[in-house]
Amino acid sequence: MTDPSIRIEGTQLEPQASSGGAAEAHPEAERYYVRFTPIQRWMHVIMFSTFLGLAMTGLTILFSSNAWAQHFALAIGGFGAILFIHKFCAVILTLEFLYHIANIAFRVVVKKEKGLLWGPDSMVPNLKDLKDIVGNFRWFLGLGSKPRLERYAYWEKFDYWAVFWGMIIIGFSGYVMWFGPFFGRFLPGWALNAVQIVHGEEAMLAATFIFSIHFINGHLRPDNFPMDTTIFTGVQSEEEFQQRHAEEYQRLRAEGRLGEKLTCKPERSLLKVSKVIGFTVVAAGLVLLILSVSAYIRE
Amino acid sequence: MQDAAGHNVGVDANLFHASVHGGLDCTACHADIHGYPHPDHPAQVNCANCHSEQAGALVGSVHEHASRQPCTACHGDAHAIVSKDSPKSAAYPLNIPATCGRCHGNASMAKQHHLSNVYPQYVDSIHGFALSKEGLLVAANCSSCHGDHHILSHKDPRSPTYRTNIPKTCGSCHAGILAKYMAGIHGQAMEQGNPQAPVCTDCHTAHAISAPTMAESTQVCGNCHQPQLTTYRDTFHSKVSSLGSYIDIARCSDCHGEHGILPASNPRSPVNRANLVRTCGRCHAGANAGFVKYEPHANPHNFRRFPILSSIRLFMVLLITCVMTFFVLHSVLWLIRSLVEKVQSRTAKGGRS
Repeated sequence: MTDPSIRIEGTQLEPQASSGGAAEAHPEAERYYVRFTPIQRWMHVIMFSTFLGLAMTGLTILFSSNAWAQHFALAIGGFGAILFIHKFCAVILTLEFLYHIANIAFRVVVKKEKGLLWGPDSMVPNLKDLKDIVGNFRWFLGLGSKPRLERYAYWEKFDYWAVFWGMIIIGFSGYVMWFGPFFGRFLPGWALNAVQIVHGEEAMLAATFIFSIHFINGHLRPDNFPMDTTIFTGVQSEEEFQQRHAEEYQRLRAEGRLGEKLTCKPERSLLKVSKVIGFTVVAAGLVLLILSVSAYIRE
Repeated sequence: MQDAAGHNVGVDANLFHASVHGGLDCTACHADIHGYPHPDHPAQVNCANCHSEQAGALVGSVHEHASRQPCTACHGDAHAIVSKDSPKSAAYPLNIPATCGRCHGNASMAKQHHLSNVYPQYVDSIHGFALSKEGLLVAANCSSCHGDHHILSHKDPRSPTYRTNIPKTCGSCHAGILAKYMAGIHGQAMEQGNPQAPVCTDCHTAHAISAPTMAESTQVCGNCHQPQLTTYRDTFHSKVSSLGSYIDIARCSDCHGEHGILPASNPRSPVNRANLVRTCGRCHAGANAGFVKYEPHANPHNFRRFPILSSIRLFMVLLITCVMTFFVLHSVLWLIRSLVEKVQSRTAKGGRS
């Protein structure tokens, strides 16, 4: 356990080519750290592709009275095609969701990974998140310094839980609509109407949130602009690590576990593919955002 | 053969002898002419001398003053008139639309008399096709609905095209539909004198006879039932049809019926509670008592009638508003702070160097 840490301390002492004055305090080493596992990265890919498919077809149905929706449906092959794509993506995303639940359960119950449910590496919100929110707003207003964040920032946790509950709500209401006669046997009468409202409104929330806030946080804010590729490559540079997850960086360093995460620089081709995919999805999302928000406001 | 004023005064003997008037002497009609030379201004022939019934019917009709010679305006040259049973007659059923269309297919004339130019609409209607393409003698022509000599304005309560007379007029051919209509809520309301009750032409139009079966049917019903059309637009049924579908999707008449529409309270109505499982089940296999509790015209904006749905909708809207407000604020402040820091670090660097 101590070996890698010694090695890192050692390498840090070696003279490094500095890229700029800002990095002088932390001489920029060409060092990269793992942030996401290949499975996590692929799950993100599957999730955003099915989400985009669902949003494109779902918003078309939600705003079917708009000309853009009708043209899009016509181009794709009418309502039958729209609904097929929607259900197809829904099933894939459901499978991914179930895999995730099974994986979490396995890690908690069988492998007894306590840190998964509570602690600095956990997605579960804690008091520090609350302090970080307050601290971040104080920093925004120039009243304090930037809070030092752990492995998952509070907005990343919000992303996770919003999607988590969103999938349960949208997924359940979607399947109730899909299998109406079946669910009609045990749900109260108003529920069949309610699922329609909930499905549409929650989807609207999900689409607006992902296509604006998540994109801004992940890609469009000045620190990340034009594209944060970490979720695609799974790798962040030391500088990024120190700036974005200072608390985690320091904790791992203090525990001497930084070396566990050490990895190679992502390949150029992977970076290029990541950027192309990232920009395509962001562009598609922004188009959908503008179309659906303007239609939503008009209604 | 022409007179001094240039009028054609010749009579084709063959045509005349083949006409209905062929057995008559000239003076039977031209009674004021006794010898030769004829008077400079022979009196106008009065068809009413023989055709008193038809002439009487013309009195008071919309055509009474339409022409100086109202009879020949439609029937053509009196010397060549053939029986209305002859395919050559202007009054032969298959020729009537063309006869009337000589004036009523004339856009400028229609405008002058504040009439709609109905002839082209009729020609392209199912009635017009039946007549022109199939040569159906029973196909409705102009006089089937408007009558012949005693044509009255549709504003005249005695007219067969007066609003409340229209069902009976159409029913003279479409007797089965009339019976259904009269048993339905629209026919009942019409009979009770409700001025808003729809008659045949409100849904089908008078001359073009549209068949409001497909997409436009919802709009036709929505002309009167606007709130129901609005709530229908919110449903999956409507969305499917507006996105162009290969499937038959429920439109108004699929659930409510068409000519004999009954109120939901009527046990024979397809949307009566007792019949919903069967009605919905026509498309939704496995429809059951729970499934048909779905309210297809629910309005989540109407809190009084749909308190649960309204509350759910309100909660969702509030949720969207709160989440988006918080994070938009978060992002904007973040953006400003990032830019401020960039500027600050640049000036700090600039100061040092």
